[in-house]
Amino acid sequence: MTATTERAVGSDVRRIDGPAKVRGLAPYAFEHEVDGTAVFVALVQSTAAKGRITSIDTSAAQALTGVLAVLTHENAPRLGDVADEVVVLQSDRVQYVGEPVAAVVAETSEVARDAAARVVVTYDAQTPDVELRTDRDDLYAPEQLMAGFETDSVIGDVDAALAAAPVGVDITYETPNQHNNPIEMHATVARWDGDVLRMWDANQGPHNLVPVITEAFGITEDRLHIVSPYVGGAFGSKAYTHVHQLIAGMAAKVTGRTVKLELTRPQMFTLVGHRTPTIQRLRLGAELDGTLTAISHEVVEHTSQNAEFAEQTATATRLMYAAPARRTTHRLARLDVPAPTIMRAPGETPGMYALESAMDELAVVLGIDPVELRLRNEPDRDPERDVPFSTRNLVACLRQGAERFGWAGRDPRPGVREDGRWLVGTGVAAATYPTRRRPSAARIEAVPGKPYVVSIDASDIGTGAWTALTQIAADALRVPMDRVDLRIGDSRLPKASGAGGSTGITSWGPAIMAAAEQLADRDIPAGGLTVTGEAGPGDEAEQYSSHAFGAHFAEVRVDRDSGEVRVPRMTGVFAAGRIINSTTGRSQFLGGMTMGLSMALHEESVLDRTHGHYANHDLAEYHIAANADVGEMDISWIDEVDDLHNPLGAKGIGEIGIVGSAAAIGNAYWHATGRRVRDLPITPDKYFR
Amino acid sequence: MREFRYEKATDPAGAVALLAGEPEGAYLGGGTNLVDLMRLGVATPDVLVDVRQLTSTEVEDLPDGGLRIGAAVPNADLAGERRVRERYPLLAQALLAGASGQLRNRATTGGNLLQRTRCTYFTDTTMPCNKREPGSGCGAVNGYHRNLAVLGATNEGADSSHTCIATHPSDMAVALRALDASVRVLGADGERSIPIAELHRLPGDDPSRDTTLAHGELITAIDVPALPWATRSRYRKVRDRASYAFALVSVAAAMDLQGDVVADVRIALGGVAHVPWRATVAEDLLRGGPATEAAFVAAAEAELAAADPLSDNAFKIPMATNMVTRTLVQLAEARA
Repeated sequence: MTATTERAVGSDVRRIDGPAKVRGLAPYAFEHEVDGTAVFVALVQSTAAKGRITSIDTSAAQALTGVLAVLTHENAPRLGDVADEVVVLQSDRVQYVGEPVAAVVAETSEVARDAAARVVVTYDAQTPDVELRTDRDDLYAPEQLMAGFETDSVIGDVDAALAAAPVGVDITYETPNQHNNPIEMHATVARWDGDVLRMWDANQGPHNLVPVITEAFGITEDRLHIVSPYVGGAFGSKAYTHVHQLIAGMAAKVTGRTVKLELTRPQMFTLVGHRTPTIQRLRLGAELDGTLTAISHEVVEHTSQNAEFAEQTATATRLMYAAPARRTTHRLARLDVPAPTIMRAPGETPGMYALESAMDELAVVLGIDPVELRLRNEPDRDPERDVPFSTRNLVACLRQGAERFGWAGRDPRPGVREDGRWLVGTGVAAATYPTRRRPSAARIEAVPGKPYVVSIDASDIGTGAWTALTQIAADALRVPMDRVDLRIGDSRLPKASGAGGSTGITSWGPAIMAAAEQLADRDIPAGGLTVTGEAGPGDEAEQYSSHAFGAHFAEVRVDRDSGEVRVPRMTGVFAAGRIINSTTGRSQFLGGMTMGLSMALHEESVLDRTHGHYANHDLAEYHIAANADVGEMDISWIDEVDDLHNPLGAKGIGEIGIVGSAAAIGNAYWHATGRRVRDLPITPDKYFR
Repeated sequence: MREFRYEKATDPAGAVALLAGEPEGAYLGGGTNLVDLMRLGVATPDVLVDVRQLTSTEVEDLPDGGLRIGAAVPNADLAGERRVRERYPLLAQALLAGASGQLRNRATTGGNLLQRTRCTYFTDTTMPCNKREPGSGCGAVNGYHRNLAVLGATNEGADSSHTCIATHPSDMAVALRALDASVRVLGADGERSIPIAELHRLPGDDPSRDTTLAHGELITAIDVPALPWATRSRYRKVRDRASYAFALVSVAAAMDLQGDVVADVRIALGGVAHVPWRATVAEDLLRGGPATEAAFVAAAEAELAAADPLSDNAFKIPMATNMVTRTLVQLAEARA
């Protein structure tokens, strides 16, 4: 092995996939199989939210030249025993507006869409029930929450502690339905080569899809090959199998052709999940000096008829602040909506918006600076699990953020700062996100004189994993980065966890390191040498509480005449373990903070109570922050290495940037205007309430 | 999207003749709105007659000091036109407040006037909409209507074939309404000029018709009459984000200030009605009166007194009141 003293990990090396991407040479899912032989799928979607199909007339569609097949529940291949939410074209039942009820396969995408519009479906439809309210009598407690969290947690006599507290707040916050909208819509290219199903697919890890797709089509793992080298954003919407992948497999089977299925932008609002709305009641009790005596966080959220997705909204509250009496609960309403799914930091994002808004409101009642209030309630151990934190640097984040932002000397009074017609305010909020790792394997092929071929079914959804894993492999092999030839995004590579839960680097990095360890001090024979390594969770999760932390500071300006809101600057400071690549790492924090800004000011999917559909289902009407909405973003991190959790000392950085940033903006809005908006997003109309 | 034919004529009269024989045909200008609607299945023309290169791309001086704007002048060019920026600041500002740079490069002046509403029930063919499918009812009145009309709408309930609370989406048209522009139109019977006040129409009992144009009539130019005091003018748009969103409320205003007196004033509102809304009630109250904030507030409130909001768009009344007031204050304070 070539000796090198230069470490790649921690440097600011640029994306190795950047040049290919900007030149259009990095193939995304839809860009595979471009020899002209592929055919196209268009979907017919239910206009009923609930009921049964009474008839489907496909004759006009089938009469069009170029139409190869029209799949309906009456003729589609039967699927195996898969979860209800991905069952599609199997029965006459419909459970949400937009559920696929037919799929047209045609020689061109234009003919497919034209034909789809000519399929006539009638329904025996019932009135949809899509309204989330806390006074519903059908709210229920799920068995457990997403990611295996307990549904409720109770320590001490919370009601008594709240009643006895000298100071308290009791406030309800609401967050809306939201939809992931990565630039790349979900797309699948599928073909059956004999009894082998090949898919070129946009996902967050090919191995994530293997169980459902093999079960659906009754094939063994060795007969499924999924290729996904480049993915144009995901945020959770591409973590799991969705119906379009099964439709593509069926369409390919029926026609014997290579089929291409790319969702339209409006279909992104029905077929690949959303973030549940939440209604959260926060009650905090405190001593006059700000010491918390009780925390109660009760969540009501929704799931669908065809799935139980129980977002872990209040789980961050279980570890954020010290308090002897504490309670978190989650209750679900099962509505006639599409299945919810993961959206960047599910749980922490809506939950920390509410907790960190309530902490701000408590600080106002107490007359204590909101940074100081958080410092006074810093726990020395995980307050519910009673184990030490592997590392916890929230205090350092708050202090460094306050310094960089210029927080000192802030006038706490709301609604008193003016700049022309702008009302100006500042706000702060804390952030946290769990540190986890999952089992993964990697393989390294060494041949004298050639780069090491490092293979792992990892996934780069735009995060920079191509680059970071190459850096990790280079250091582990003690060679420069150009001596590493990384292969990812292919179900035939060694099995790895998906890109989700901010676990990619903490899971894949150690697997690559374990494989490299097999090569240490070994001579490579002329014929080459192949080694494998595995890594995964040990007992660190039992011994320690491991989380990333952060602090957001925001300046908000509100036009006193129009109610328009601007965020000219934000400061984010994070303690997230070892940062593998300072360039792509900064981009992850930046993207998270921007998505939090977008949540604070713009994003809301509006459910129509009469028809049960998401009314604003395109990017003209579902607003996300655009360039002009994003001001100066000051991003930094604390020098931290968490080697109690994993050998890289990393924590995962994909999600913590979004957590808390909406609360910082909401708190600054109050400081600017003296008005609290407790239901996101903070759009101009709410200024006139 | 349905299959369609694509036709080109050699001159405007030829285009008019072509479309006269095509009851389901449509003119194609910049295509920034029509093509979207075709992709959505909202517009289903069987033939497109491309007129982009048939009408003028020039801005010409009129003898009275006004301007004649060719229908094919791109929005971006018009916004940057020196005479527009000098004589009609509100028009240049309105153009720049609309859409994105890419769309403004492509969109034409004539086409901009004929944009369809962005009401989500109009753009979704699975929903009821009297504008798209007469008689199907209105999904918006009991649904998502936060950004829909508060003035001049027809609301006889969701099931009525008359109900429509759509708004006109154009920024440019609001400025042109304040400027009393007129629209030159070529039809099978020759050319005519329509005051912009008579181009767009309220939904009344036929929401399917946005304008008074007959099928096949082609906008060839827009005449903007001279208005020397329009140098003291302004377009202010309130929207949900800093760029790239339709108006919640917009105000186009010009003021002829003589000392402390409002000698004359023009005010038009966007985002509040099925048409660019001329605030004649407010204008009449202000004309000849004092240029004070109190007078501006009173005029704005009087204009909005006719508003009939729904549950989720009532905010437009105080928002519009504030924006009219603030725009007039700024005009009164500005150096002409």
